[in-house]
Amino acid sequence: MTPALAKSYSPPPTRVREVLRYARSGEGDAAALALLPAVIGEAEPHLSYRVAYRESPVRVAGDTVELLGLSVTSHRLATALAPCRRALLFAATVGTALDRLIARYARLAPSRALLLSALGTERVEALCDLFCRETAAEYGTPLPRLSPGYGDLPLSLQRELLPLLDAERHLGITLSPSLLMSPTKSVTAFVGILD
Amino acid sequence: MDFRTYLSRHLVRLDGGMGTLLQAAGLSAGELPERRSVTHPETVTAIHREYLAAGCDVITANTFGASLLRFSKDELSEVIGAAILCAKNAIREAGREGTAFVALDVGPSGRLLRPLGDLDFEEAVALFSATVREGVRHGADLILIETMNDCYETKAALLAAKESCDLPVLVTNAYGEDEKLLTGATPEAMAAMLEALGADAIGANCSLGPEALAGVARRLVAATSLPVIVQPNAGLPRTEGGRTVYDVDEATFAATLSEMLSFGVRGLGGCCGTTPAYIAALTEATRDAVPLPLTEVRDTVLSSYTHAVTLGPRPRLIGERINPTGKKRFREALLSHDIDYLLAEAVREEEAGAEILDVNVGLPEIDEVALLTEAVTEIQAVTALPLCIDTASPAAMEAALRRYNGKPLLNSVNGKRESLASVLPLAKKYGAAVIALTLDEDGIPATAEGRFAIAERILAAAESYGIPRRDVIFDTLTLTVSADNTAPRTTLSAMEMIRTRLGCHTSLGVSNVSFGLPARDTVNSVFFGMALERGLSAAIMNPHSPEMMKTYRAYLALSGLDESCAEYLAAAESFAPPAAPAAPTAPVPAAPQDTAEGESALGRAIRKGLRHEAAALTEGLLSEREPLSVIRCEIVPALNRVGEAFEAGRAYLPTLLVSAEAASAALEVIKGRLLKNGAPPAMRGPFVLATVRGDIHDIGKNIVRLLLESYGFRVIDLGRDVAPEDVLAAVLRHKAPLCGLSALMTTTVPAMGETVALLRREAPFCHVTVGGAVLTQSTAEAMGAHHYAPDAMDGVRYAESVCK
Repeated sequence: MTPALAKSYSPPPTRVREVLRYARSGEGDAAALALLPAVIGEAEPHLSYRVAYRESPVRVAGDTVELLGLSVTSHRLATALAPCRRALLFAATVGTALDRLIARYARLAPSRALLLSALGTERVEALCDLFCRETAAEYGTPLPRLSPGYGDLPLSLQRELLPLLDAERHLGITLSPSLLMSPTKSVTAFVGILD
Repeated sequence: MDFRTYLSRHLVRLDGGMGTLLQAAGLSAGELPERRSVTHPETVTAIHREYLAAGCDVITANTFGASLLRFSKDELSEVIGAAILCAKNAIREAGREGTAFVALDVGPSGRLLRPLGDLDFEEAVALFSATVREGVRHGADLILIETMNDCYETKAALLAAKESCDLPVLVTNAYGEDEKLLTGATPEAMAAMLEALGADAIGANCSLGPEALAGVARRLVAATSLPVIVQPNAGLPRTEGGRTVYDVDEATFAATLSEMLSFGVRGLGGCCGTTPAYIAALTEATRDAVPLPLTEVRDTVLSSYTHAVTLGPRPRLIGERINPTGKKRFREALLSHDIDYLLAEAVREEEAGAEILDVNVGLPEIDEVALLTEAVTEIQAVTALPLCIDTASPAAMEAALRRYNGKPLLNSVNGKRESLASVLPLAKKYGAAVIALTLDEDGIPATAEGRFAIAERILAAAESYGIPRRDVIFDTLTLTVSADNTAPRTTLSAMEMIRTRLGCHTSLGVSNVSFGLPARDTVNSVFFGMALERGLSAAIMNPHSPEMMKTYRAYLALSGLDESCAEYLAAAESFAPPAAPAAPTAPVPAAPQDTAEGESALGRAIRKGLRHEAAALTEGLLSEREPLSVIRCEIVPALNRVGEAFEAGRAYLPTLLVSAEAASAALEVIKGRLLKNGAPPAMRGPFVLATVRGDIHDIGKNIVRLLLESYGFRVIDLGRDVAPEDVLAAVLRHKAPLCGLSALMTTTVPAMGETVALLRREAPFCHVTVGGAVLTQSTAEAMGAHHYAPDAMDGVRYAESVCK
């Protein structure tokens, strides 16, 4: 069996509209727009863009999916991977330093913390998209990704996925007993690959 | 020969990867590799044998993930016992007794410590202690703490090892391409902390290949007096035809790694992807190598969880503002447990240019042990500056030193026998540099020679406890010039004698010199300049004083410590005299053009989220109006207008927040005024707030808190990951009529239900409201909450309806 691979990326372009959406704000929100450039400027040096991933053959039988020694029962995942013979499992994170920055402002300037958090969400989603577009595409045509916690794909799967990706060693991702990942701006997902 | 002696005389060859070899021998995905020592001891022993044959001096037992988080108590003992037995058998079979050593391998726990994660520091220490004790019981020769990527967890593991045994402890961390740990620490920061805490060797392992780790290795050698160990990966892995290959081969690995001996590395080995063949090549390449002698580091270094700060030649600024002495508002904050007030002060000091923060929360009425510990951990959550732990209580010292993340400064010890005996062992055990005051049972000597004599005595005592000379920083005590005009000269003479004759660094609390005089900043800054010129290494001072900062910047430029006067030029932009404060009777400025109809200037500042303007305008208004009328007629209506716009969907959340922040700034001014008048502000509530157990997402909770405070509620914020019992205890203690709970994750909703049920049963007087992304009206009703708040504004409205 092959070990997980890890890769760093250059920052993908920031999608301001998405950041505002995650901050529960609109494009016309003067307060958010006024704060955002400074927030992005402050966060930028603290962000890293890293992904750990692993490729595996997939077998789908009914709602049960077998890959990487796992057997997962999920209609959603089975449907997503049904057309594929192979899939990638990956974890992406923008790092711990952003969490420290959010913690700093959470108590002192919640408006800034809200925007930093929204930015982090947008950044890690953009990183996932970048990974799928560039790296997953080297294996074939990537299908839309699917993460634990969505639909009937259980969040508790994180306990098995993170060790398979050696995510603590590669990315510093740890999991709490209540299944929260740290750094908080981290994502795990499956991507089906069409040959 | 024991391992410590061996380490001091020889180049040490450690082994390479274990996991890959176990996988090759049939370990399946998801199987815990540590169990293989029990189920397949012959495989594990054979791997050790291969490494010994390749020339290793240290073999690492198969215990990397052996902790109580993954194994029961009994199985932990079994897997550690079996692992060490495999290693010992291999050494015996190879005939290497006495020349090869068994390391108990201690890897990361897999959990992140508070404040960013949810594992308590003491829990982490307990976990590592359990592993170490088993290792010792089964006969390990040394402890190898490795692949740690968090400074705080590394401290927990090293402290656990030191408290559980006397075996040598080697500590290696996983540095990234940016030469930092994933949680941000530099090699210098790690070296400062680990050496002070008593590691026997430090180093880098995993994450990168040998070439990429060379920079980290050099920096570690320069930053420590200890032997440095490097165990890189065999480069980076990639898949090739379904097989994993690493991009550095045996010969390149051995050649690159052995070059590190030339700049002082003394321990070599491998990590992921390396095999006995790599180690054999390494042994061959270093066959006749003799390690360079160790070099003693002379710098005085403090550290936080990200970076190190060195004293000298550049003098350092220690912010003095986190201290209740003479500060009414600060006292009130401590008494009402308003930690955020301290945090805001910490951030302000950092922004003003402080490089280290003194933290003193001593008041006779409070539990200093608990509060100092909390203050230190909370301040470390908002700033990465190293801290100076300032207390007279040894119990508070110990509690705070234990929890500090990095190598702190300890303020202070003095020449009294009792002080030496209680403080120095703490500084040694917890790896702190210590400020030593030159006074003793007979008080402060009137002469410089008298103070110098005490300094010599303190230094001898510190060295007898194993504290290196560089970690004792002397304070020759600033006395008030208005009481004795020879006092400043005596202080400075004693300081200079210590600096030149003992070679130790010095520190002074500068501001004391001007007590009782007008225009104190002028006196302070000139005294500061005099002290700097005579060799002062650090000043405990007020970084908000423009005079002090000007003196400091000018001194750096004049003494050749500021290349091209660049820092001076940058700072000089802010030297312009501040605008004269508005006279108390000055009319409120004319309303700017974008003022809405019927809106006052303060109302506009709040609506537009202008914090400083809101505070300044409030200051002005207070000269002519009652504080409560300003709240009632200005602040609340202004905030209400924004709140209503938010509820109607005309304003977004960020707008509401910046307005609430401006309103809070205005309220802080009013609070300060009320305190000055001796009348603590009457507030509604209190409202107990918490993010429930297991949940560490607290932005929503903080938003609710901000809004409640800006509407004049007293909020008792218990933070995140709070157990149901702790919420109940706070509600009962404060007889809180209101309690708000937040949860973001579906996995933490049960903990919320448990908390609600407990409150309903044991505190029936309390109205419980719940909120958070995964909640709905019906889940809130099902768990028995009085109210479901879909957003923060709704929470405020509910609070108003309860506390009419």
